Amino acid sequence: MAGNLVQGAVFTVMVVRAGMLRDPGFEAELAEQVRRSPRFFHNAPVVLDLKGAAEFTSQAEFAEAKEILRRHTLTLIGIQNAAPAQADAAAAAGLAGFAPNATQPSRPRPAEAAPGAGPLPQSHPPPSAAKSRLITQPVRSGTQIYARGADLIVTAPVSAGAEIMADGNIHVYAALRGRALAGAGGDAEARIFCSRLEAELVSIAGHYLVSDQIPPEHRGLPVQIALVDDRLTIERN
Amino acid sequence: MAKVIVLTSGKGGVGKTTSAAAIAAGLALRGKRTVVIDFDVGLRNLDLIMGCERRVVFDFINVISGDAKLNQALIKDKRNDNLYVFPTSQTRDKEALKRDGVERVLDELKENFDYIVCDSPAGIEHGAITALYFADSAIIVTNPEVSSVRDSDRIIGILASKSRRAEHNLEPVQVHLLLTRYSLERVKKGEMLSVEDVKEILSIPLLGVIPESETVLKASNTGTPVVFDQESPAGRAYLDSVARFVGEQREMRFLQPERRSIFRGLFGRA
Repeated sequence: MAGNLVQGAVFTVMVVRAGMLRDPGFEAELAEQVRRSPRFFHNAPVVLDLKGAAEFTSQAEFAEAKEILRRHTLTLIGIQNAAPAQADAAAAAGLAGFAPNATQPSRPRPAEAAPGAGPLPQSHPPPSAAKSRLITQPVRSGTQIYARGADLIVTAPVSAGAEIMADGNIHVYAALRGRALAGAGGDAEARIFCSRLEAELVSIAGHYLVSDQIPPEHRGLPVQIALVDDRLTIERN
Repeated sequence: MAKVIVLTSGKGGVGKTTSAAAIAAGLALRGKRTVVIDFDVGLRNLDLIMGCERRVVFDFINVISGDAKLNQALIKDKRNDNLYVFPTSQTRDKEALKRDGVERVLDELKENFDYIVCDSPAGIEHGAITALYFADSAIIVTNPEVSSVRDSDRIIGILASKSRRAEHNLEPVQVHLLLTRYSLERVKKGEMLSVEDVKEILSIPLLGVIPESETVLKASNTGTPVVFDQESPAGRAYLDSVARFVGEQREMRFLQPERRSIFRGLFGRA
């Protein structure tokens, strides 16, 4: 029982740098951001980053910050990078302390060089380049290619008798005549895209169609193949 | 620097040996010092096609194993001074093709020849792999039918992964398509793949199209490479292919019905 009382979870939380709250342009800019994506900002949690901020040593200052953010539908829930005096004041204002790790601006910040003109810190985690493997030569009969834990992109024909596999999506920007197995590791969201469908077999997460089962109206055409309700569906691109 | 050319196909019976003989003879006719080697150990045929079967004393395997010297085994063609035939053994098998021995022999040949034409056995096993391993260029002999095209595709993949050039990350083997036994009539009837179909599937440059012809069969049976009959369409098609191989521009022939034959069809029987 006791083991279930406290569970860990990971959340994505916006971080606002304390210095920005003092910026006269901040509110107007924040209002504009919220106007653009109201649902995203609605009642969203915010952590205040106190790094380099000398003020915020009294409970009242935190209350004021809370109020400013509240006006824009945001909820201040905690602080990070606090000096001991700041941490005490924040606790008195009912704010939690967050570990100072892993907060990185997702873009280079001109804000620090030119205070007052900075953009809002991005709330999304930095975009990671999804892994993919690129093949630019024809995949000949008898060849097997497996993109482990990645997408596979082929910019040349895949011959009959060749087999291409990926744990992610498969893109073939040419004729696909061999076998293509996407979501080989079981990812049912994976898809197959090709500019000319002449495949011997297509498969997503273990569900497959052999050439005979591919409707003739899709043959030779640019299509994408997805798994919908456990059935492979082919859609004209 | 001498160039090593392999004629290969994966599939058997598509015309590798006939084409090897014709291409080698065509290069010799252009004044290039050329030797054609039979890699089909145990199924020796090149000597028959070249018409030198009665002059074989030592062979490729004897030279590889050090039992004979190169100049004891090479047979000079009687029709052209630039052309030599290197026959293989009929009694041994493909395992006798030791890679280091083959390399040593090829290196020695490179000192005396401009072109070394290797006639590969069918298949994708040791014999065929050894024949293509040292190639600088490959001529993929293909018939316009699906099984031949698929096997050609497979062998192109092997050239790109298992040849010496691939293993040592050198410039890839240059690959050329030679379409043999092409019959315009049968393409029109839909019984054969067209040149365009084959090019589309294999996506490699086309070296030439050799029309299906009785003269090819006759040439093989009389031991005369078909290029020595410069009047025959097949002979001319091979000579065109050789010209393209050495970098000349030649229009593709035999892809349209010859006008002459149409007129013959219309009026000839009157």
